[in-house]
Amino acid sequence: MTTETTKKFNIDTVENAAKTPDTELPWAELGLKRNEFDEIVKVLGRRPTGAELAMYSVMWSEHCSYKSSKNHLRQFGQKVTEEMKKDMLVGIGENAGVTNLGDGWAVTFKIESHNSPSFVEPYQGAATGIGGIVRDIISMGARPVAVMDPLRFGAIDHPDTARVMHGAVAGIGGYGNSLGLPNIGGEMVFDSVYQGNPLVNALAVGVMRHEDIRLANASGKGNKVVLFGARTGGDGIGGASVLASESFDDTKPSKRPAVQVGDPFAEKVLIECCLELFKGSLVEGIQDLGAAGISCATSELASNGDGGMQVELTSVLLRDPTLTPGEILMSESQERMMAVVTPENVEAFEAVMDKWAVEYSWLGEVTDTGRLIITWEGDVIVDVDPRTVAHDGPVYDRPFARPEWQDAVQADTFTGSVQDAGRPAAPAELAKAVTDLVASPNMCSKSWITNQYDRYVGGNTAMAFPDDAGVVRVDEETGLGVALATDANGRYTYLDPYHGAQLALAEAYRNVATAGAIPMAVSDCLNFGSPEDPDVMWQLAEAIRGLSDACMVLGIPVTGGNVSLYNQTGTTPIHPSPVVAVLGKLDDVARRTPSGWREDGQAIYLLGTTGAELDGSEWANMRGHLGGQPPKVDLEAERALGEILINASRDGMIDSAHDLSEGGLAAALVESSLRYGVGARIALQDVMDRDGVDLFTALFSESQGRAVVGVPRSEEVRFTDMCTARGFAHTRIGVVDAASGKLEINGVEGLSLDALREAHEGTLPKYFG
Amino acid sequence: MTELPLIGEAVAVAAEPRLAGARIGVVTFPGTLDDRDAARAVRLAGATAVELWHGDTELGDVDAVVIPGGFSYGDYLRAGAIARFAPLMSKIIDAANSDAKLPVLGICNGFQILTESHLLPGSMIKNDHLKFLCRDQVLRVENANTAWTLDYQAGQEITIPLKNQDGQYIADEKTLDALEAEGRVVFRYVGFNPNGSRRDIAGISNAAGNVVGLMPHPEHAVEPGFGPEAAFSRETGAGGSDTDGLGFFTSVLNKIVGGDK
Repeated sequence: MTTETTKKFNIDTVENAAKTPDTELPWAELGLKRNEFDEIVKVLGRRPTGAELAMYSVMWSEHCSYKSSKNHLRQFGQKVTEEMKKDMLVGIGENAGVTNLGDGWAVTFKIESHNSPSFVEPYQGAATGIGGIVRDIISMGARPVAVMDPLRFGAIDHPDTARVMHGAVAGIGGYGNSLGLPNIGGEMVFDSVYQGNPLVNALAVGVMRHEDIRLANASGKGNKVVLFGARTGGDGIGGASVLASESFDDTKPSKRPAVQVGDPFAEKVLIECCLELFKGSLVEGIQDLGAAGISCATSELASNGDGGMQVELTSVLLRDPTLTPGEILMSESQERMMAVVTPENVEAFEAVMDKWAVEYSWLGEVTDTGRLIITWEGDVIVDVDPRTVAHDGPVYDRPFARPEWQDAVQADTFTGSVQDAGRPAAPAELAKAVTDLVASPNMCSKSWITNQYDRYVGGNTAMAFPDDAGVVRVDEETGLGVALATDANGRYTYLDPYHGAQLALAEAYRNVATAGAIPMAVSDCLNFGSPEDPDVMWQLAEAIRGLSDACMVLGIPVTGGNVSLYNQTGTTPIHPSPVVAVLGKLDDVARRTPSGWREDGQAIYLLGTTGAELDGSEWANMRGHLGGQPPKVDLEAERALGEILINASRDGMIDSAHDLSEGGLAAALVESSLRYGVGARIALQDVMDRDGVDLFTALFSESQGRAVVGVPRSEEVRFTDMCTARGFAHTRIGVVDAASGKLEINGVEGLSLDALREAHEGTLPKYFG
Repeated sequence: MTELPLIGEAVAVAAEPRLAGARIGVVTFPGTLDDRDAARAVRLAGATAVELWHGDTELGDVDAVVIPGGFSYGDYLRAGAIARFAPLMSKIIDAANSDAKLPVLGICNGFQILTESHLLPGSMIKNDHLKFLCRDQVLRVENANTAWTLDYQAGQEITIPLKNQDGQYIADEKTLDALEAEGRVVFRYVGFNPNGSRRDIAGISNAAGNVVGLMPHPEHAVEPGFGPEAAFSRETGAGGSDTDGLGFFTSVLNKIVGGDK
């Protein structure tokens, strides 16, 4: 930077701030509340400089500080048993948690939201969501190996949904496909509650050897601080504070400039370059630049280290030389990393940068002062205790209370409601109901989306969408691998946040076990409305309490995640949507269980019992009803079912398994048939007699803790003996019929696979072309 | 530059010992994505994979070269247009055109780089439906006499993954007629043309048959359990193979070691 550039600004130094206590500062425009600004003045013992104000405003934003949720999130760290700790190598608080896979391997994964940017600018919002979560994974020292995208958009036929859909899917594809990371699954839900607040969540998973785990801290006086990757520009300024921490409101100007712009090529090069740095052990600490940019990276690295840090801000390479110090500190330009390097490694570090043609600049060094000092041409513009920026932000005990309307909603059960009139009973009606179900927006095939993502790259994808979980091989010699599933049901959580959140966890857990993997860890993305609304705050508190309680019963810890609040338009919040990701382990991915049956004559078993649970179901949703109680949660049963599925997979007792969730047995049977285009003959009389339900309920109820499995004839005795020994309900409901080309259920005709496929696969192309 | 598996160890393969001496280079550009996959395919076929860096000024001791898929330089200009000027590419072009006729396979972005390098005629433009498309694709092997297709039968149908944004093959009619007449259309899409390519062309060769380029990805169909699962589905009939792509790599190996094909 030249002196002419600095003269463009009237630099507000610490010295100046001390002399001019009464200068008006734009704290409100930066998203700070009066009490928060007063707190900053108290912490510093003077007014902040413009640069300090910029740092505090982004780091104390809801998005970065978790100020409304922190008091509740503590439960994830408190409700932890020895069983849950045994495989946890790095817990909550780092860029992403790390779990031990055995054989010296470790895995790190995390799910995050990129909701607001994806509404304002769907392509870039979704693209940079992938970019950000992938850099979190790299920051841990891992090689990213796969991504997943749970998406929730407005009504399928609303004109604005196509805009968000095309943009977000193209953005995820355009960015993710260019990184060489297979996209192995996710979700796609349409509901008008997400019309003005689509949810674009992104998950990434990475693997590493134990010795390669890196943490974000700056230690060792005299070590150098370096910023590398893309140059810093004016994009994404205030993304976290202005965009992600406020509700949308038509009266305010467009927030498009607060959305970052992604460059996947730069990210791909950055990944390879970082892995080469790790291989050579060339960095002591590393941190990605995401929300709050340099403010976050410097304050977190410094506060997690053992001393302080001194940085010269004019050393930052800029895309736009007119940026002010405050803007440079707040910029959320993508594809940047900050690292701490010993003086001995500087030359080797530079050689790696040069090989990959990555730009870098040395900003300063680690000190032992305990202060984070940022200068502009030598003048001190920031002099803070980094902890006060990164960790000691405000914490709010927001008031919350069970909404007055909750009782009325829970009393409004589907059975007997207006929408329940004319419930299908005759065979022809049931055939149409099944066909309508699998063609409905939430149950239809998502291949229109997933076919725009590369699932093959890397050569380690053992399973991907539409199977219940994505499976990626980690070790080519042993076949060791991981399985991942993400789930959430906003309707269940709306009806009962405590149990709804548990149901999301139960489903993700079940999906991982269905693939044959042992569930090991949880990451969650808590998407809610405004925490300033006591109703919403209650939903959030209940969901966190429910999730943390359920994790204890299932014996798997939460290792990371993120909270996305203010997802509401005006005073109308989204359905509370805790998206839960569960990671599992397979000793050999060759043992994975796909969701479809293939082998003619195999026996089909239904595991678990069915009750009359239609409230919040996909069937009720199709009829426009939302009320009553969500399906009952039985976590012990989920655990028992999981063990059966895992053992059966390991011992070769089953060839296919599909969990029952949204859409119940009807959806599972159709999906298992369509997976490989192989039909089946199904008879549900035994289930109906045993559980006391009619055929419609047997097909459409969403009772939990159930799965459909395909059992080779030779394994039937062994399999049923195992279920009996474990006291788990199991019923033979049919056989695979490869030649029939149809799904026959209790004599219900008209379910040819061709017709079902046409219905199932036709919906998304019909709306989105 | 021999270390290859960044995830785990190389799969142990009991290959024919006579093949192990063959060295096949796999080029990495900034933005290349499928280099590890191509190297794995080479190993599974029984040869030694050799990492090649785009900035290298010597080709070194290799018997054949694979230019794998990806987004070299982000494809921000025309796909392959920048990569074509890499120092290593001029060596590859020389070797392919030399009397020794170095076998070169360009896959996806590699195919685009080969057309930009004028080793192969025509060009790729954006898919006619304007979207990235990933699917299991059936191809017909039209010419089983190239360096990379010797192990197939002419007319054989194979299933391998396809995944691209800019996969629509175009050339002027005269060029297309010449390619057809000279038997240089090596692969054609069967059943479904996924991108609007002229005359359903999925891959072509040079006149000598040592340089082959195609949009679909044979290196993603070389290992049981990780290949196109359409092999098991009603499209191709149950019991199909998910390793149809391995023949590319065994073909060139057999040619290199002077095999009996």
